[in-house]
Amino acid sequence: MLIEITHDPIDPDAVRRSVGGSHDGAVLLFLGTVRNHNDGRTVDGMEYEAYEEMASEVLRAIAEEAATALGTDRVAVVHRIGSLAVGEVSVAIAVSSPHRAQAYDASRYAIEEIKKRLPVWKREHYTDGERSWVRGQTPRPVEEKANMSEPPSDGRPGSAGAERGKGGMA
Amino acid sequence: MRVQTRFFAFYRDLLGSTELTVDLPDGATVGDLVSSLRGRGRPFDGLPVAPAVAVNRTYRGLEAHLTDGDEVAFIPPVAGG
Repeated sequence: MLIEITHDPIDPDAVRRSVGGSHDGAVLLFLGTVRNHNDGRTVDGMEYEAYEEMASEVLRAIAEEAATALGTDRVAVVHRIGSLAVGEVSVAIAVSSPHRAQAYDASRYAIEEIKKRLPVWKREHYTDGERSWVRGQTPRPVEEKANMSEPPSDGRPGSAGAERGKGGMA
Repeated sequence: MRVQTRFFAFYRDLLGSTELTVDLPDGATVGDLVSSLRGRGRPFDGLPVAPAVAVNRTYRGLEAHLTDGDEVAFIPPVAGG
């Protein structure tokens, strides 16, 4: 599986190709990008920071859980850190599956878990020169989390309430 | 015992440092570490009473016991994606 925290620009097609797909009927590619506005302010860039050693491990765990939900190991997840301009890709998730339902579930699961527990932060740069950290979600220890959310294998990842933080990806 | 703390993003900005070595009594918990740091006064008292913390790259609760040489990272609310 392609799982990576990278300082380099993401090539979405390379991420998609890494999951193959010739024997599957559904290949799904999700891209998170930097948008040009948030909370009524004009954004001209985003700076991503990670606790890199831990983020690599957490990203691998998320990808493996998504693969379990998908029923194949054809999952790729790449997250970029560093300074990104508006429109650039910050995260790419590719999944390949015989059928679309599992592909959508696995892809959704991966992005929701990234937002809940990947140790990555982002700071918006506004056109007026100000910068501010984007409000996010507080990660929970696993033993506590197990009582609070559904296991990944039930095929219904994510929830409407999951996105409490402001800003980031459209 | 001695643990290595690390601070990221907003917490790093708050404290003006990325890491700090802290001496604690044997048997201390994550909660004891947080109290000890906050007890130093400004700017450490700007840390939350119950921050998210990772011990050796795994999220742990305040009740978790620490051992000599642990790496304890203070994790501000995460905002990947």
